[in-house]
Amino acid sequence: MKILVLVNHVPDTETKVKVGADGKVIDPTGVNYMLNPYDEFGVEEALKTKQQFGGEVLVVSLGGDSNKETLRKALAMGCDKAVLLKDAVSRDSYAVAFALAEYAKEYGPDIIFCGKQSIDYDNAQVGGLVAEMLGIPSVSVVVKLTINERNIIAEREIEGGHEIIHATLPALISAQKGLNEPRYPSLKGIMDAKRKPIEEKAPAAADSRVEVNGMSKPPAKAQGKIVGADATAAAELVRLLHEEAKVI
Amino acid sequence: MKILAFAEQRNGQFKKTAFEVVKAAKTVSDQLQGETIAVVIGNGCASIADQLGGFGAARVIVVDDPRLELYSATAYAKIIAEVAKTESAEIVFLPASEMGKDVAPRVAVKLGAGLAAGCTAVKINQGTITATRPVYAGKGLLEVSVKTATKVFTLRPNVFTAGPSNGSAATVESKKFDLSDTDFSVMVKEVKTASGKKDVAEADIIVSGGRGLKGPEHFNMIEDLAGALGAAVGASRAVVDAGWRPHDEQVGQTGKTVSPSLYVAVAISGAVQHLAGMSSSKYIVAINKDKDAPILSVADYAIVGDAFEVVPALTAEVKKLLGK
Ligand SMILES: Cc1cc2nc3c(=O)[nH]c(=O)nc-3n(C[C@H](O)[C@H](O)[C@H](O)COP(=O)(O)OP(=O)(O)OC[C@H]3O[C@@H](n4cnc5c(N)ncnc54)[C@H](O)[C@@H]3O)c2cc1C
Ligand SMILES: Nc1ncnc2c1ncn2[C@@H]1O[C@H](COP(=O)(O)O)[C@@H](O)[C@H]1O
Repeated sequence: MKILVLVNHVPDTETKVKVGADGKVIDPTGVNYMLNPYDEFGVEEALKTKQQFGGEVLVVSLGGDSNKETLRKALAMGCDKAVLLKDAVSRDSYAVAFALAEYAKEYGPDIIFCGKQSIDYDNAQVGGLVAEMLGIPSVSVVVKLTINERNIIAEREIEGGHEIIHATLPALISAQKGLNEPRYPSLKGIMDAKRKPIEEKAPAAADSRVEVNGMSKPPAKAQGKIVGADATAAAELVRLLHEEAKVI
Repeated sequence: MKILAFAEQRNGQFKKTAFEVVKAAKTVSDQLQGETIAVVIGNGCASIADQLGGFGAARVIVVDDPRLELYSATAYAKIIAEVAKTESAEIVFLPASEMGKDVAPRVAVKLGAGLAAGCTAVKINQGTITATRPVYAGKGLLEVSVKTATKVFTLRPNVFTAGPSNGSAATVESKKFDLSDTDFSVMVKEVKTASGKKDVAEADIIVSGGRGLKGPEHFNMIEDLAGALGAAVGASRAVVDAGWRPHDEQVGQTGKTVSPSLYVAVAISGAVQHLAGMSSSKYIVAINKDKDAPILSVADYAIVGDAFEVVPALTAEVKKLLGK
């Protein structure tokens, strides 16, 4: 089985957002980057799929040279090969997806894994875009996956429940927390990853369709009211919620 | 100039977001002297379609088919895109619900359109539409424009207000589509619902509990307060990871993003990853015994005290107020 995993390189969750000099992206000073957390579930599921069916796991990321750190992490977890679609300019989700889909056409995977969303821009759209561009089935927010020959049964989270979805390979699965427990890279994995080459390729060109006019910080909240220090404050809190906030 | 709104229904009932999306489309089309059209997909939905008139739809296109009873990404995308094309809609609104987020990228590709996802505001500026979308889990806001002729937006649930229906009627048109098996290459076969449970992503009030509750057995206190308020129960990651609560209740960066009108955080410290999922709530109440807990910096009201005493007292007061 040829297994492709899409991984993004994103600021970690502790990042303090400061708007950069151009007013459109964050100031990268002091920001630590990491493998997008949802993509870790994608990598893990890819490795499990290989354990079950054999084949190879190829991991691909589109971005600058620093994305190699994230590719190395995926290699250390056990992916066989890595490709960096190297691009210095920023792209919107559509332009990212276009290049990933073109690369996927070249590689011809049986199954593609990605994360449910990048935690930087919270778009949650690259997976669906890639699948539609390739004309293959996709299931997003997957918490359980069963593969049987060419048939897949995927369980996805929806509001107040789960949907059970049937489709056939090739297909794209976007991973949600709960799908698996990502493994920690072993020491040997980390050593091996250093030796595995990361192939660099030029991504297919595409124009962005969504333009950023500006970035800002959400307005700071006014200091809240401390209503009290024990159970006797409960009545006053309920009164405030009813009469002042009018939410109950 | 036409604006198409995808009105999500499940089990023959509109989701609250359906009304929000139609109303938002109406607000925008009024400023552009446009027409608001809604599309409803399902099985036997003709009878509910005219409800959308009360939220601003001039016309409602209903696509009914037994095979459309449950969601199919491929078939739904095809229908939404074809309706948008036939109507020459320039703007398409969908909810940023699990269904909307799943189908919207496919719709955008079929329409050759850019997609601005998870918007919390849309504005008309000199005849063109711009949108605000939170990024970095709400720590930043982007102002974006879509450059393609057709523009697709998904709108975050609970942020756009639908208000009450004004009772207006809409013209309801039924449309048939020739759908082949390949249009159903992705198909929901079954929906498992947690019976009677309110989902945090849809709830108007949420009561969440954190590690300070010391054990799963103390969550009945949270459930009682949630019950009195008609609220959903939420949780921090610490308690989900500990196995005290199911993952679908987790609020935060790796859980659900919520925007209820009231969010009550009980014994939750307010780590950045938790704030990421709930800081856009309209009102936040913190119950925490530590006056320096970060949750207090986003709270509108707080009781700095012991949850084990405060929460039952709160439940009693709420019941008194609501006459339960
Ligand atoms: C990549 C990543 C993603 C993450 N995603 C999420 C996410 O999606 N959601 C999330 O919630 N977290 C997430 N986290 C975890 C987050 O960093 C915190 O660890 C977690 O939110 C802490 O949960 P808590 O507030 O319940 O527990 P704690 O931080 O332990 O806080 C417990 C609180 O209870 C209070 N308390 C104790 N006893 C009482 C009492 N008797 N009465 C009143 N108050 C009391 C304490 O003062 C304290 O403030 C993520 C972390 C990482 C690294
Ligand atoms: N630049 C990228 N390179 C590789 N994969 C990506 C990239 N951006 C997004 N993805 C994948 O698409 C998923 C959804 O991302 P997004 O639509 O950006 O929220 C991510 O979890 C990744 O798996």
